[in-house]
Amino acid sequence: MSYCLYCHELYSEAWSWEALIGLKQSPLLCQDCERKLVRIKGEICRICGRDFSVFPEQYRQNNCCFDCIRWEYDEEWTGVLKQNRSLYVYNDYMKEMIAKLKYRGDAEIVKAFYPVLSSEFKKISRDAILVPIPLSEERHYERGFNQAELLAVGMKKPVEHLLKRKTHEEKQSKKTREERLSQKENPFEVIDSVKVKDQKVILVDDVYTTGSTLRYAAKVLIEAGAIEISSITLAR
Amino acid sequence: MRFVSLFLNNRLTITPETLVNDSSLKTVPFSELPPLNPTFQYDEKLQQILYGKQLLFDELPFTVDQIQLHYENGYVKYSPGICKTSNGYLCSRCGNEKSRLFAMFSCFRCKNDNCVYCRNCIMMGRVSECTPLISWSGPEVRWPDENNLFWNGELSIGQQLASQKFADNIGSDGELLIWAVCGAGKTEVLFKGIEKALNLGLHVCIATPRTDVVLELAPRLKAVFPNTKVASYYGGSEERETPAQLVISTMHQLYRFKQAFNIMIVDEVDAFPYSYDKTLQHAVSHAVTPKHFLLYLSATPSRTMKKATQKGTLQCGKIPKRFHGFPLPVPKMVWGGEWKKRLERGKLPAPFLKWLKAQVESGRRAMIFVSSVSVLEKLTELIRKEVDVSVDSVHAEDPFRKEKVIQFRNQDTQLLVTTTILERGVTVPYLDVAVFGADHDVFTESALVQIAGRAGRSKDDHNGKVLLFHYGKSLSMIQALNHIKSMNKEAGL
Repeated sequence: MSYCLYCHELYSEAWSWEALIGLKQSPLLCQDCERKLVRIKGEICRICGRDFSVFPEQYRQNNCCFDCIRWEYDEEWTGVLKQNRSLYVYNDYMKEMIAKLKYRGDAEIVKAFYPVLSSEFKKISRDAILVPIPLSEERHYERGFNQAELLAVGMKKPVEHLLKRKTHEEKQSKKTREERLSQKENPFEVIDSVKVKDQKVILVDDVYTTGSTLRYAAKVLIEAGAIEISSITLAR
Repeated sequence: MRFVSLFLNNRLTITPETLVNDSSLKTVPFSELPPLNPTFQYDEKLQQILYGKQLLFDELPFTVDQIQLHYENGYVKYSPGICKTSNGYLCSRCGNEKSRLFAMFSCFRCKNDNCVYCRNCIMMGRVSECTPLISWSGPEVRWPDENNLFWNGELSIGQQLASQKFADNIGSDGELLIWAVCGAGKTEVLFKGIEKALNLGLHVCIATPRTDVVLELAPRLKAVFPNTKVASYYGGSEERETPAQLVISTMHQLYRFKQAFNIMIVDEVDAFPYSYDKTLQHAVSHAVTPKHFLLYLSATPSRTMKKATQKGTLQCGKIPKRFHGFPLPVPKMVWGGEWKKRLERGKLPAPFLKWLKAQVESGRRAMIFVSSVSVLEKLTELIRKEVDVSVDSVHAEDPFRKEKVIQFRNQDTQLLVTTTILERGVTVPYLDVAVFGADHDVFTESALVQIAGRAGRSKDDHNGKVLLFHYGKSLSMIQALNHIKSMNKEAGL
């Protein structure tokens, strides 16, 4: 018997040979919580990794969604973000979990995703460095931690803090899509461009919503000499 | 640990002393308090918000330097949020001591890689090792002198006796249980005692396990005590900053208080989660002043409580009769066959189906209680196939729970299938009740008594039906029946 990392209820793990001989890590979430999370698999958008099974057919063209086509069509943004892969569908339950993690500050929740994160990383690229999306100094103080950094740590690969936010601005989650896309100045800057040069980079963040945060971050890295930028987020 | 206040990005913040080498910064020591400066002009709003409470910096609508100034003049006290104990940690806010409910994180505030925080009360904002809890140590808040009760309703004899017992105890310390059947009218029983307490200048709290009850009680109490400062506390409440002599709060919100109340009224003392959760009991004991009076309310007191009343260690006032004077509806047991198997096969047990059709025919509303969410879903689907009236279902995590209950109250829904979350508090006139699979473990004696108590609540319809569909009578079912019958007998009905 163990306690669920998220809902704290007592549960018994499903019995299996792998678990018995120690091949499989015991799950950290109870079956009820696990069931409410939806893994993204099957058909996805080639670029942003959105799950096509929960996405209306008319907003896609072949294996790419209209949002990504819109990004790629704009010369300024063509190829800036090679691809994003997300682990879970951003459903109500995921929203609740991320809210508890970020806004209530329950950092421990992130550990529930560590097993999945490390296996997903292997699929994308082996020779890239991990760069978490930074918070502004003020937001970082307020929250006490950076959730993107906690996620990156869970991938068990070297994490580099190569980005910094220039100024404190309003929370992305309080802006509309239009506002997010229309901002002119890039909010990020590169701290150490020597480390970036000729590197493949994987950005890490909690949620991919419009994709503008990740693209702005990717852009400054490319300008500093990085060769290829991908990203991993917890939810999409 | 000591704290220092300093400017970081043009904003005053508090940070542990160990991180700062600048000796010119002022230290903020825990548990040490500068002497009270009587000439200091303290902020009355801060006094009113903070008095009797224990809050975080983030919860106060004041800047850190305003709070710090009050500290330096002896009006505000800082205490550590998490304390080390001999076998782990203790959260000073919620009293949690379970090691599995503590976690560590690399803290940007105190730069400690292993800053311990409490996961038990995280929904109210994080308390970690580097978090000071702030409380008021200046002069007490003065309440209005006149707090008279404006209510001219009548009490039943049972209510009168209980009401008098409570009022007689105001001013002393001790405990009293009011054991009142569902529908006895326990709120009115409180009025007289509360009035007396308020006029003595005492601070009164009614704590209940559920938000619904806070929402229902607050306007009623505000109406009968128009000159008193009354505030309701629940997750999302907007009255948490108003100073109040009479507070109606959910159990969880009690964590915010510290040695605040002289009179604590604990509603539904047997209900989840109060009866389970040790930390909530801690919250109650934390929220009362050292000398206090505790009043417990319950329709179904636990065995321990009943024993204590028999032994005479706990005073008890019993109200066996409903306010309208009619007996409690006695549940009828109906053989429902192997209801679980029938459901799996997509069928309803014949006796249940028969009742269902008759119920729809009668046009009366009914609540159908089930043991789990999976039964809830299957049963609702089958009922919808059989009958042509509005059917809805609700459970604890239903996002539309509040709306669905309102719709049912407004008669937009005729049949409401529910888990045990609606076993208490929901009062709807002209209602019948059925329990589907009453032999299941979740239906304890007290759950069944509460469920049966939903029926026959109004004077004009005191005879609501209660049916228990079962696959073999359980001990709890028999105990519940005996409980109800003995209460009716005691009431002389």
